[in-house]
Amino acid sequence: MLRVPLTRAVLAQSQRAGVLATSKRMQSKAPEKVEVFIDDQPVMVLPGTTVLQAAAQVGIEIPRFCYHERLAVAGNCRMCLVEVEKSPKPVAACAMPVMKGWRIKTNSEMTRRAREGVMEFLLANHPLDCPICDQGGECDLQDQAMSFGSDRSRFTDIDHAGKRAVEDKDIGPLIKTTMTRCIHCTRCIRFASEVAGVDDLGTTGRGNDMQVGTYVEKLFLSEISGNVIDLCPVGALTNKPYSFVARPWEIRRIDSIDVLDALGSNITVNTRTGEVLRILPRENEDINEEWLSDKSRFACDGLKRQRLITPMLRKPDGELEAVEWETALIGVAQAVKNAGSKVAAVAGSFVDAEQLVAVKDLLNRLGSELLCTEQKFPTSDGLSGIDFRSNYLLNSSIAACEDADLVLLVGTNPRYEAPLLNTRLRKGYVHKELDVAVIGPQIDLSYRHEHLGSNASIIQDIVSGKHPFAKRLKSAKRPLIIVGANALSRNDGKAFLSSLHSFANQLKPENSDWKVWNVLQTNASQVAALDIGYKPGVDEVIAAGPKVLFLLGADNEAINKDNIPKDCFVVYLGHHGDNGAPLSHAILPGAAYTEKQATYVNTEGRAQQTLIAITPPGMAREDWKIIRALSEVIGTSLPYDNLDEIRDRLEDIAPHLVRYGRLEENNFFAQAEQLAKSQSVAFQGEIDVKQKSLADFYMTDSITRASPTMAKCVQAIKKGQGRAYTY
Amino acid sequence: MALAIKRISSIPKQQLAALSVPLTKKYQIRGNATQVSAPPPQTKTKFGNLSDQDRIFTNLYGRHDWRLKGALKRGDWYKTKEILEKGVDWILNEMKASGLRGRGGAGFPTGMKWSFMNKPSDGRPKYLVVNADEGEPGTCKDREIMRHDPHKLIEGCLIAGRAMGARAAYIYIRGEFYNEASNMQIAIAEAYQAGLIGKNACNSGYDFDVFMHRGAGAYICGEETALIESLEGKQGKPRLKPPFPADVGVFGCPTTVSNVETVAVAPTICRRGGVWFASFGRTRNSGTKLFNISGHVNNPCTVEEEMSIPLKELIERHCGGVRGGWDNLLGIIPGGSSTPIIPKDVCSEAIMDFDGLVACQTSLGTAAIIVMDKSTDVIKAIARLIAFYKHESCGQCTPCREGVSWMNKVMTRFVTGNARPEEIDMLWEVSKQIEGHSICALGDGAAWPVQGLIRHFRPEIENRMKEFKKREALEN
Repeated sequence: MLRVPLTRAVLAQSQRAGVLATSKRMQSKAPEKVEVFIDDQPVMVLPGTTVLQAAAQVGIEIPRFCYHERLAVAGNCRMCLVEVEKSPKPVAACAMPVMKGWRIKTNSEMTRRAREGVMEFLLANHPLDCPICDQGGECDLQDQAMSFGSDRSRFTDIDHAGKRAVEDKDIGPLIKTTMTRCIHCTRCIRFASEVAGVDDLGTTGRGNDMQVGTYVEKLFLSEISGNVIDLCPVGALTNKPYSFVARPWEIRRIDSIDVLDALGSNITVNTRTGEVLRILPRENEDINEEWLSDKSRFACDGLKRQRLITPMLRKPDGELEAVEWETALIGVAQAVKNAGSKVAAVAGSFVDAEQLVAVKDLLNRLGSELLCTEQKFPTSDGLSGIDFRSNYLLNSSIAACEDADLVLLVGTNPRYEAPLLNTRLRKGYVHKELDVAVIGPQIDLSYRHEHLGSNASIIQDIVSGKHPFAKRLKSAKRPLIIVGANALSRNDGKAFLSSLHSFANQLKPENSDWKVWNVLQTNASQVAALDIGYKPGVDEVIAAGPKVLFLLGADNEAINKDNIPKDCFVVYLGHHGDNGAPLSHAILPGAAYTEKQATYVNTEGRAQQTLIAITPPGMAREDWKIIRALSEVIGTSLPYDNLDEIRDRLEDIAPHLVRYGRLEENNFFAQAEQLAKSQSVAFQGEIDVKQKSLADFYMTDSITRASPTMAKCVQAIKKGQGRAYTY
Repeated sequence: MALAIKRISSIPKQQLAALSVPLTKKYQIRGNATQVSAPPPQTKTKFGNLSDQDRIFTNLYGRHDWRLKGALKRGDWYKTKEILEKGVDWILNEMKASGLRGRGGAGFPTGMKWSFMNKPSDGRPKYLVVNADEGEPGTCKDREIMRHDPHKLIEGCLIAGRAMGARAAYIYIRGEFYNEASNMQIAIAEAYQAGLIGKNACNSGYDFDVFMHRGAGAYICGEETALIESLEGKQGKPRLKPPFPADVGVFGCPTTVSNVETVAVAPTICRRGGVWFASFGRTRNSGTKLFNISGHVNNPCTVEEEMSIPLKELIERHCGGVRGGWDNLLGIIPGGSSTPIIPKDVCSEAIMDFDGLVACQTSLGTAAIIVMDKSTDVIKAIARLIAFYKHESCGQCTPCREGVSWMNKVMTRFVTGNARPEEIDMLWEVSKQIEGHSICALGDGAAWPVQGLIRHFRPEIENRMKEFKKREALEN
């Protein structure tokens, strides 16, 4: 298991910092800066800075293939060779730390010849198949060959021995390989072993016969495997579902937010002629760095399938019939008017804040307070865990997780519930002093961790101080307790909340601002719903026996045929007709996250907005506008006509909802704890998580269940399970 | 290969200057000299014809017992305790005074290299790694030491280890050397049983272990950082430097990698004094050296001779001359396969030491002399070497991976002459594009033979192309 032992050895010896320091982190107590000259421009840099980083500081970009700032330095492509005055040979800029007074020449004769030579070598065995290569137009090799390469070929052996050819590998349904194009930069290998934590990729063979691959044919089993497509500087690893679909210059790119987990990863939606073609990550240091989970990246084909594209009403014979909007709205309005105040709403996992507010306003006007989220959270008798945001947020923020030194995970498997939070924890584990312990089932987190057990009584032991781990938590400088939302939705969730939260408040981190108590939400709408005032869990709705029930994309079967009154008129408002739609009497087709400008709040409480990449299919409309239209038919028009006005309303309710991209500090931990612990419930039984292995990860909600790519992934894993070398 | 592959770390000038230690103190010649000694100024003008009493490797040909008993008879392990007790500085000073330069090919001054390890400890153990991965074609000196004089190496490990404060020595031995590994292992066991190494080695109070590790026979594992990787159980691929092994070596600890011959001569240097060793050979090229002469000579052999011996004298004295006489000589590769070939007229004047061969645009390397007479197809010979380098390139970095296989393709065609004369210049440029651009020195080692060939045998290549053209014209 990779865990940079070198870094650790050096960290312990801070006085040696200067010797090996290739990363700034190793520097202790702000060492003096040294002056170097890049093309005669003086620049002051910390000792240990590489030539490439120093050049970047004065805005000079040195070409590179293998170097990537988030991966270990390999120094094998040799593209970044630059001349250093008085050095007989050019040095590899990505790996060479600068020395005082060095004069680096990034555009001298020697540098240019070195680059041209390396470029010629790289192209010698690279196929001339750019016209049929998916990387064409966004290929590092293409671009750099234009800028730094020679203008003619000397490869006379094309008439004799020809070029190297390598058999393609089958590493799964997500990544298409064309290994002849590989330039052996090993970025994918380094990503797999350092970031993803699976040593599935490696090199076999030597010299010109070296190949990148899995050695035996097997899947690249990672939940973040798709990132190697972005990392690959050539067309060796490309997006399989997207292959031969479009060229980069035909594509429109819209910045947006991912909603398939609760992290709110920043994405770019790539569209052409009203169709989402692919989704790429967008850099955001606070959330996803530059990675993206496979579900978020590849499930976009689920947005085209099994969509609700027309309003429907159930005929007396039980058939759902497609109708015009007018008919549908009148039908629903009729039912609502008949129901009086016995109207309820249940929010599913993809609901945006605008829709949540519109529904809430409508129901309140009708005299109902029955607004719930599908997922439960401990609450009872008016005293509830949700009155303070800090109770249900990942308070310490995603980025800060990597700085922790001891993390206790309770009833969650971040590897699949929030893959990019897991990469943060792994980063802390590999590069810093982070240790992880888990209460819950045995899971593979991709890094070594302590498994404390799966029985809930262990929490009791820790909280009471009986368990040896309690001592470690108390002595930790930056401890974190991360509780999964699914653990809190158990019947004894209240016990989790009250005992662990008060225990978290007892801990004394080094810095008093450090936040120990964290909840990892699993769906993108939960935080906004709780912020706006939805009650968690559907019990109240069921108990009230509503006459009209709005299902806002609620597909997880918390509401089913048996727990609602027979005469209840169910209105399904959403984009996929999954489990919720068959129950319903009226279907109002909504927009998916790529089709609307909408607000989502992630698990750390950060509001972000999606933008419109394409228009909703068929007669589907933006969700809050449907509610607005319905309110008019009912006769209680909601007081907002456009996005700005509803956003003003959002701001009235909770100002942070429209402060996009900003993270609001949470406080009141002590008060929150008081509220949370007022009742205590006994722990019962074993703690489980829903997603234990990779096969459980791909299809978890209505979008991913509609995605053929995700289905292929599950199939591929099932097929591979019988093979000898796959696992 | 230990060896020539390390040559990339060619010595900067200022370090060479530091080598010629200022001769201030009076010296004494005698074993275990108490006084710190420095070499005398150069007075000698003739080199060679080493006398038997000045030979270090007295069982080079395996005529005597190689085990502990025989080794003790030859003077190994004699008063090793006293050498150890003289302390680190004394050993390092003797090594510096001896002017010994690494015998693995790069010729880095050994005393200076060992003293790099002599920094205050930061808590990590230090290690000595002995490079016994002798894979350079033509070289067969280390194997003779290991199978016939293994105790010299073990004692050398102890002394070198003491000099750098190492906790243990790892001897990384080439996988093909089965018998050598067996003998080494027996010798190590004997030394442990006799209390010469292990806890309280030689009763000196110093704990020192020696481990042997067999490689799998990859040439690249003779490059010091690739060797370290391989020793750690990883693929043998060279590391980036810096950090150098003296900072971060095997298992993340400070490490010095030294060639077998370098380590094995250390005990004798300490016993007979650095000045004695420095009295052989020219200044900055001092000492005795194992020369391996193979190819078209009447009596191919490995022989210990004085440094700076003229190449011609070496061949005539020890190998019975070139097959068919000196005039039948075509060319010589003087330092193992990676050094450039030199033609007969250069050979006649060449002096076998580091500076002497640099003056001939080649290199001493491992002093593995490959002699080729006029029956040799020199283009084919060099093409075969390039095929070897193509096969042994680790594939990590671009210039070596792509460049060497490209050179191999071109060279294969040169053998038949199926190429255009412009391609000779292209091949020269390709070799220049590899040289100095790769992570380790394998790329350089592959480029030099080609450069040597083009430098001295260009007309031969052109002739072959013409002949090929003629043949082709006739056939059509």
